[in-house]
Amino acid sequence: MDPRPITKWMFYGYIAIVFSFIFLPIIASVVFSFNSQRFPTVPLGTFSTVWYETILTDSDVWDAAKTSIIVALCTSVIATFIGFCTAYADYRYRFFGKSGFLALALLPPTIPLIIMALAMLAWFARMGISGQVWSVIAAHTVLTIPFAMAIIRLRLNDIDPQLEAAAWNLGATEWVAVRNIILPFSKPAIIASLCLTAAVSFDEFAVAWFVAGLNKTIPVLIMEIVTGNIDPQVNAIGSFVFLTSMTLVVLAQLLLMKRLGRKWRGR
Amino acid sequence: MSQPIVQFLDVTKRFGDFVAVKNLNLDIYPGEFVAIMGPSGCGKTTTLRMLAGLEVPSDGDIFLDGEIMNEVSPHERDTPLVWQSLALFPFLNVRENVEFGLKMRGIQADERCLRAAKWLERMEIKAFSERNVDSLSGGQRQRVALARALVIEPKILLLDEPLSALDAHLVIRMQQVLTRLQRELGITFVYVTHSQSEAFAMADRVVIMGDGEIAQVGRPRDIYREPGNRFVAEFVGRNNIVTGKIESVAQNTAAISTSMGVFTVTVTEDQRIQVGIDATFVIAADLVRLTNTKPEADNVIACSLISEEFVGSVVTLFLESVDGHEFKVQLQERYLAEIDLKSDGSLFLSWPSASAHLLPV
Repeated sequence: MDPRPITKWMFYGYIAIVFSFIFLPIIASVVFSFNSQRFPTVPLGTFSTVWYETILTDSDVWDAAKTSIIVALCTSVIATFIGFCTAYADYRYRFFGKSGFLALALLPPTIPLIIMALAMLAWFARMGISGQVWSVIAAHTVLTIPFAMAIIRLRLNDIDPQLEAAAWNLGATEWVAVRNIILPFSKPAIIASLCLTAAVSFDEFAVAWFVAGLNKTIPVLIMEIVTGNIDPQVNAIGSFVFLTSMTLVVLAQLLLMKRLGRKWRGR
Repeated sequence: MSQPIVQFLDVTKRFGDFVAVKNLNLDIYPGEFVAIMGPSGCGKTTTLRMLAGLEVPSDGDIFLDGEIMNEVSPHERDTPLVWQSLALFPFLNVRENVEFGLKMRGIQADERCLRAAKWLERMEIKAFSERNVDSLSGGQRQRVALARALVIEPKILLLDEPLSALDAHLVIRMQQVLTRLQRELGITFVYVTHSQSEAFAMADRVVIMGDGEIAQVGRPRDIYREPGNRFVAEFVGRNNIVTGKIESVAQNTAAISTSMGVFTVTVTEDQRIQVGIDATFVIAADLVRLTNTKPEADNVIACSLISEEFVGSVVTLFLESVDGHEFKVQLQERYLAEIDLKSDGSLFLSWPSASAHLLPV
């Protein structure tokens, strides 16, 4: 990097601006969630947990939280399983149309969410399965498989290609080699993928809003509350969502960094 | 001789349009240490992988212990391989790595432990048995890889350039370990390498491959002294190769005329030689004499020094004849003082006719 201090300070300043744009609204939301006043204005009122008490006694919030957690858990498991299979197919085999297969597997995040949501709704309605928890799970799984696959693929790229063959050579069938060699090797990436896909699903609004019907997830519930009126309990719910997602993302990040750390130590 | 343990019959392996191995015929006998040697891309590793079942031959048959193995999948064979990267399982400790093959064969935990312990002791790595493989040195990892392969008590062990990642002094040490092990166990070792020194130091028989085909099979000394063709002569050791035309044949000596003069070569009776045909002969660099005065000998070439390469007790001198042909001379370092190395064409190479080897026509 440029050694001159002016460049260095400009760089730090830039970073600070980026981070404040990202985090100031969230911090404001957290601050207002502990504010006794109804309207989010300065000067603040007194410190209060009244909005948290409101959401804890609100059965709508509890139902939405339950739906969100079920959806996030199921999505993460299914998406990680399919993502692992896709990544392993890419790692292990060469076949006709592989680049097309990879492009298709990685396509969903490039489709505008609203288009995806509409298509999902139309498709589920046609099949008569829209408006159920399972329809949200299915939609979220489609959305998150590419993330799962990308993370696990990164890990499989690091594996010594002779490792799996060494297991066969010592008497392991292909299944046993996957279970004993590929899975333990991919474990950090698999856990990271579970965390990340759960976080994405937990936060996702657009698709859930279209296909969830009466099974509202947390983001859908927030949207409904804020369209109706100004209600500070949204800040409380938001803080709770932020905390959950951040925990999952940081966990995933730590697992992936551990992987890199080992790689660097090896050099 | 007994039944071969390994038989390749007209084995060909194609990858798309690329032919990796062409019509390979090779018998390997029980208890032999065979080295397959050749430059990279010569098909030696593919040959080994076919033996382990990791590649299926496109044509021909492979027999192992009398049974046809073409379609037998790798996990159903007892052909453990020591990999170039060693391929130790990084998430298992040393003992678990060694036990892996036994576990796959359904052997109970307590017996696994016992048998692994025996090999850990034999390979002098018992002290590390609960350590992570990442924390071991190169030589120790090598021993883990050997123990892991040998613990299943195979009749044959395959080795794919296992020493290529080691430091030079460790290579010599591991060569001794391997030859001793092979002699003590009495099992067949098939060792793939590009290193002549490794192959010649350890193997009973060396198979030289080039371009997917076997160029020569023989004992290391025979290959070294009597290369079967130009490819082998160029690939093996430091050989001086001279081409010319046969001028005359008298009893067991042929005279060959070249651009540098006429030289005589001792020939055997079974070599079919006719006057007038093209001929190539080889003189190993260590059989050439180098003097400052022109000797009274049949085969003499005047030349100049180009460069020298010093590797301890042996020195290789690179010389050039008047018409630009390069010659190599290898001599003991302590004899170097007796020669005045000059670059003005006043050095003389000479060799007895019996030291030159005429390549089969």
